Amino acid sequence: MTESAIATFALVGNPNCGKTALFNALTGGRQKVANYAGVTVERKEGQVLLPDGRRIRLVDLPGTYSLRARSPDEAITRDAVLGRLKDEPAPDVILCVADATNLGLVLRLALELKATGRPVVLVLNMIDIAERQGVVIDIQALSEGLGAPVAATVATRKRGLQPLLEIAAAQIGRGAGEGGPNASWREPSTADVRAAHRRARDLMRATVRPPSRPDTFTGRLDDVLLHPLGGVLVLLGVLFLMFQAVFTWAAPAQDLIEAGFLALGSASAAVLPAGWMTGLVVDGLIAGVGSVLIFLPQILILFLFILLLEDSGYMSRAAFLMDRIMGGAGLHGRAFIPLLSSFACAVPGIMSTRVIDSRRDRLTTILTAPLMTCSARIPVYTLIIAALIPDVRIGGFLSLQGLVMFGLYAAGILSALAVAFVIRRVFWRGGGEPFMMQLPDYKLPEPGNLARELGQKAWAFISRAGRVILPLMVLVWVLSTWPAPPQGAEGPPISYSAAGQLGRWLEPVFAPIGFSWEMVVALIPGMAAREVAVAALGAIYAVGGEEGALAEILARQWSLASGLAFLAWYVFAPQCVATLAVVRRETGGWLWPLVMFAYMLGLAYGGAFLVFQGARLLGGG
Amino acid sequence: MSNHASKMDDGTSFRLGEARPGDRGVILRVLAPTLQAASALDPHELELRLLEFGFVEGAHVEVLHEGLLGGDPIAVKVDDMRVALRREEAMNVILTPEAS
Repeated sequence: MTESAIATFALVGNPNCGKTALFNALTGGRQKVANYAGVTVERKEGQVLLPDGRRIRLVDLPGTYSLRARSPDEAITRDAVLGRLKDEPAPDVILCVADATNLGLVLRLALELKATGRPVVLVLNMIDIAERQGVVIDIQALSEGLGAPVAATVATRKRGLQPLLEIAAAQIGRGAGEGGPNASWREPSTADVRAAHRRARDLMRATVRPPSRPDTFTGRLDDVLLHPLGGVLVLLGVLFLMFQAVFTWAAPAQDLIEAGFLALGSASAAVLPAGWMTGLVVDGLIAGVGSVLIFLPQILILFLFILLLEDSGYMSRAAFLMDRIMGGAGLHGRAFIPLLSSFACAVPGIMSTRVIDSRRDRLTTILTAPLMTCSARIPVYTLIIAALIPDVRIGGFLSLQGLVMFGLYAAGILSALAVAFVIRRVFWRGGGEPFMMQLPDYKLPEPGNLARELGQKAWAFISRAGRVILPLMVLVWVLSTWPAPPQGAEGPPISYSAAGQLGRWLEPVFAPIGFSWEMVVALIPGMAAREVAVAALGAIYAVGGEEGALAEILARQWSLASGLAFLAWYVFAPQCVATLAVVRRETGGWLWPLVMFAYMLGLAYGGAFLVFQGARLLGGG
Repeated sequence: MSNHASKMDDGTSFRLGEARPGDRGVILRVLAPTLQAASALDPHELELRLLEFGFVEGAHVEVLHEGLLGGDPIAVKVDDMRVALRREEAMNVILTPEAS
């Protein structure tokens, strides 16, 4: 497909200008999402059919206000526009996308793009909203003043796309042979930026008549949503709704997936010959993939909420409301989004730290994200609480079990804030990155775009489950299965395996925090993914997958102190290879995953020690 | 801050970082070097960022909202765009009052 493309067009624009909607409208289904070589900036490319039947490649570049890059995303936009990326042809035509209701800043960007020497087309997107507000744009005069063709579109309604493509196609081949593009581009100075602003403003005055019916909706909504107190209450309500949805709406789908994988497992066991082959396929592959995919419904619901909040324009308001509160702990307001995602899974949470410009703020967020209670901890918490915490109500209505669950969530949040505080006040002192972000106009999210983005997130999660988690699950299965117990051996087979021997060998190390060797063994497969510890405990205590029965066994075998220590361990322990792998990828080395592993392990051991010894003193031993 | 106040042109100009919701003004100057080294950015970089977000001499600014704790950060309208920023950075934007 790529061979037949005759040229490359690149979409550049401010964040929130409708650039991605335009990309989706132009490419339809013909797009692929990948990462740029060496960095984890999302790269969206698609094929577009020109009106004359030829094909072009269309690249959607990360949103930016300037070619002076500050974040990894913006550096990609700059390097792509300047043709500095390896293996990436420089764009033949730059489509500078503008929100037609808000031209001021993007005209300056358009001037900066023109300075690269490449052909630029200014796209006035959302022209319908501008018209409704009574904005009148003299397109002819704007085009002459800017020295670049101008097209008007409504991406969400696919209006104006063919004229845009015709105008852009006419630009192919221009711009070359003028002493080479980019020759004239340099980082603008403050004087350059001021001069460009003046030019942009003069251009605006001459060609754009301001709205006769300006949008008052955003302002009125902000009066409520940014109200110092009311806004925070609304935000808490939104978060509450989101968690309710993640945990209750996802349950039926999760039950279905679990039942499906169980059925697949028993069907495979019936077909395959008995022996290790069956064990590998049923317990290793099928159970392994199933234990990860079971989180797909929760992750989809969480992402649906996050996409809704982002597309509607509310997310930047949430960052505004949370900035000072999180700033007290040394976190940036924009860290709110990654930390929120980490309640589903730290992996997408850490990937979304890319919205934070400063490396230090970003690293602080990455290091604290895994302390948020991810959904993989829930099965472990549920099991231990059911086994050891009495099902009583305090004061007649507060469930003690629910209270412990809440306490575990709170422990995660508070420890994340404390860790961020220590990092920023002890290790990286000095001022923080400025918090400056646009508060875009509110708009209704477009269902088509929402569905497409959600599909891409789901696919990214599934493919990662296949590529990263699956091999680990197989490795864990091998370690917990071999060597096989000798003939006539007593006790669970896992105790003779490599994992079992390692557990016994490590037992003295874990004795001060109250862990028996069985608990230590369960931690080893739990390294691949936290929730696997539940299945491992089941295997060790030689019971089936029935959770109620396992909880009864644990209630007999474990002391309350050991159980609480196990919970404390799980709040902190770096038990997720996928998280460490994504930290390595995002930070470009092993240093930060190792730092994360070490500090979380230290907290886990220290926390479990305090809880175990404290509970024993209070008579819970 | 007192020594900087004396640099201002007249008694009526004020800093965006000290403005309350409802205050309006036209930007007189954007002066990053007045910053008291509280930010991680060097003054030059901060000035560029303010400029890139539309805080440029002659722009109309209105303070719309402020945060719960210490009235920080603030949400302002710069010409036609809404922007959120902290008061610390907003101290570098000097306004001359404009009637509502």
